[in-house]
Amino acid sequence: MADLRELYQEVILEHSKAPRNYRELAAANHSAEGYNPLCGDHFTVYLNLEGDSIRDISFQGSGCAISKASASMMTQTLKGKSRADAEKLFEAFRKLVTTGQANGDQPQLGKLAVFSGVSEFPVRVKCATLAWHTLQAALEGKQDTVSTE
Amino acid sequence: MTTAAKIPSRESAAPHLHVVGGAFTVEKVRRDFPILSREVHGKKLVYLDNAATSQKPRAVIDAISRYYEQGNANVHRGVHFLSEHATGEHERARRTVQHFINAADASEIIFVRGTTEAINLVAQTYGRTHVRAGDEVLITAMEHHSNIVPWQILCEEKGANLRVAPINDNGELLLEEFEKLLGPRTKIVALPHVSNALGTVNPVGRIVEMAHRRNIPVLVDGAQAVPHMKVDVHALDCDFYAFSSHKMFGPIGIGVLYGKSAMLEEMPPYQGGGDMISSVTFEKTTYNKLPFKFEAGTPNVAGAIALGAAIEYLNGLGMDNIAAYEHELLAYATEKISAIPAVRLIGTARDRAGVLSFVIEGIHPHDVGTILDQEGIAIRTGHHCAQPVMQRFGIPATARASFALYNTKAEVDTLAEGIRKVQEVFA
Ligand SMILES: Cc1ncc(COP(=O)(O)O)c(C=O)c1O
Repeated sequence: MADLRELYQEVILEHSKAPRNYRELAAANHSAEGYNPLCGDHFTVYLNLEGDSIRDISFQGSGCAISKASASMMTQTLKGKSRADAEKLFEAFRKLVTTGQANGDQPQLGKLAVFSGVSEFPVRVKCATLAWHTLQAALEGKQDTVSTE
Repeated sequence: MTTAAKIPSRESAAPHLHVVGGAFTVEKVRRDFPILSREVHGKKLVYLDNAATSQKPRAVIDAISRYYEQGNANVHRGVHFLSEHATGEHERARRTVQHFINAADASEIIFVRGTTEAINLVAQTYGRTHVRAGDEVLITAMEHHSNIVPWQILCEEKGANLRVAPINDNGELLLEEFEKLLGPRTKIVALPHVSNALGTVNPVGRIVEMAHRRNIPVLVDGAQAVPHMKVDVHALDCDFYAFSSHKMFGPIGIGVLYGKSAMLEEMPPYQGGGDMISSVTFEKTTYNKLPFKFEAGTPNVAGAIALGAAIEYLNGLGMDNIAAYEHELLAYATEKISAIPAVRLIGTARDRAGVLSFVIEGIHPHDVGTILDQEGIAIRTGHHCAQPVMQRFGIPATARASFALYNTKAEVDTLAEGIRKVQEVFA
C-alpha cells in the first residue's frame, strides 16, 4: 500500500472530493474541452484572459480522483499567472508526473509536487495531465475537443 | 511407421479429464493455465479480466509451439509433406469448430481475425448487396462498438438507417419494443448473445424466430457467449454467428464467422487475393468454393490449429459442466459484491453470464482499477467499448470483473476485500 499512498496523497483525495474553482465561468473569454477516451474523463476549462494574464480560471466535468484533483490544483495555482508562466508550469508538471523529478531551474511547482507519485503509475499520467492539455488548448483558442489519445 | 507419425499431433496431448461423475474440479483446471501461478506486485494474480481476453491452457500454448517447431508450412498450395500436413491440421481445426457450435457443414466455418472482422465481413458483403437507401439495420442498446460501427459505415454509404432496440434498467432487451422495430425496411438484425458490458444473456432463439417470421436474417455477436455456454447455431437458427478465439482460451489473432451456407453462397467475396480464387486471368476471375471464397491470403494456420486445441480442451471439461460451475460462481460474486455498502451493480438482468459490472459511490472506476491492481487483481475499468451502454445508465464508466472457468470463490472474496481497501483509501 506504500505506493498507493504516494499516489493518493491526502491533498489529492481532498481536492478530488471538494474541487476548487469547480464552476462555469460567466466571464470566460476562452474555454476548451478535454477528453480521455480510455477512461471517459471529460473536463471543460474556462479562462478569463486579460492580455497575457489569467485573471480567472475554472473547470467542470467528470473524471477520476487524479484528474479531478489535478484540475482543481491547476486552477488554484494559475490564477493571476501569465500565459508564459502557465506554459512553464505545465512543462515542469509534465516532467514531474512522468519522471517523479522536479526540474531545478523550472518555476516552483509548490503544492503541485504532491503529484510526483503519479510517475510510478504510467497509465495514470494522462489523468494527471488532462486538465493541463485542456488549458493549453484554451490558451491557444482551439475550438476542438482535445484528446489524450 | 510412416513419416507422418513423427509429427506429434494434438491427439497425443489430449486434455486430462477434470470431470469425474459430473463434478468440476477448479483446482485441477487452474493447473492447466501456467500464467495463473504468477504474481503481480508481489501478490497472487487474480485474473478477472476474461471478457477482454482469456488466459491460455498449456494444451493451446503447446499446440502453437508444436506447429512452429514441427509442422510449419503454408496451406492449400504445396505437394510437399509439410504443406499437406499443415493443410490437414488446418481443415481438421475447422471441423472441430463446426462440431463445437453444431454447424451443418465445415464449409460454413470461415476463419477470420476475430469477432470484429467477422461482423465487418457480413456488413461489407451481405450488407452492401442487400441494404439500400431508406432500408434499416436493427441493433440493440447493449452493443460492443464492433457491432455498431461496421453497420454505421454501411448505413452511411447506402443512406440507410441504423435503428436501436432499447433495454430496461436491468440491462434486458425490451422484446416488445424490439419486435415493433422489425419493419418492412429492416434488412438485417445484429445483436450480442451476451453483453460484454452488462453480462445480459439475450433470448437469441426467440429473437431469431421474430425476425425470421418477417424473413429478416440475424447476425449474433457471440464473443462473450462461447467461453461460457454450449452454443448450438442449428438450434438458435441464426444466419451468422461471430466469435473470437482469444476470449475462449485460444490464441489471439483468429476468430470465426459461421454463416448458413445458403447465405454465404450468394454473398460476394470480402477481400481478393490468393486462396479465395479458383482461376484468375486478367479478363475474369472465378472464386473458390466455400469457405475459401472468404479467406483471401495465407491464413493464420497456427491460430486455427491452436483454436482447435482450445476447443478440444473445453470439450474435455464439458461446456455444460463449465456453464454450471460459472453460474454458481457468478451468483456467489453477485451476492458478495452487491452486499458491500455503496456498491451498485450495473447490469442486473435475470439471465447473465461471465460479467459483473459495478460502480462505487463517490469513487471513479479508474481509481478502483489502480488500487485493485496493487492487490494483484486484474479487472477492467472504463466504457468497455460500449459507450452507448454507459450513456444509457448515465455513468462515464464502470469497473468490470469478468469470470472464466478457472476463477474461484476465494478470488471473489479477494475482490471483495480489495473493494473494501479501495473504500479505505477514499474514506
Ligand atoms: C461482445 C463483444 N463483441 C465483439 C468484441 C470484439 O472482439 P475482437 O476484439 O476479438 O474482434 C468483443 C471484445 O471485446 C466483445 O466483447
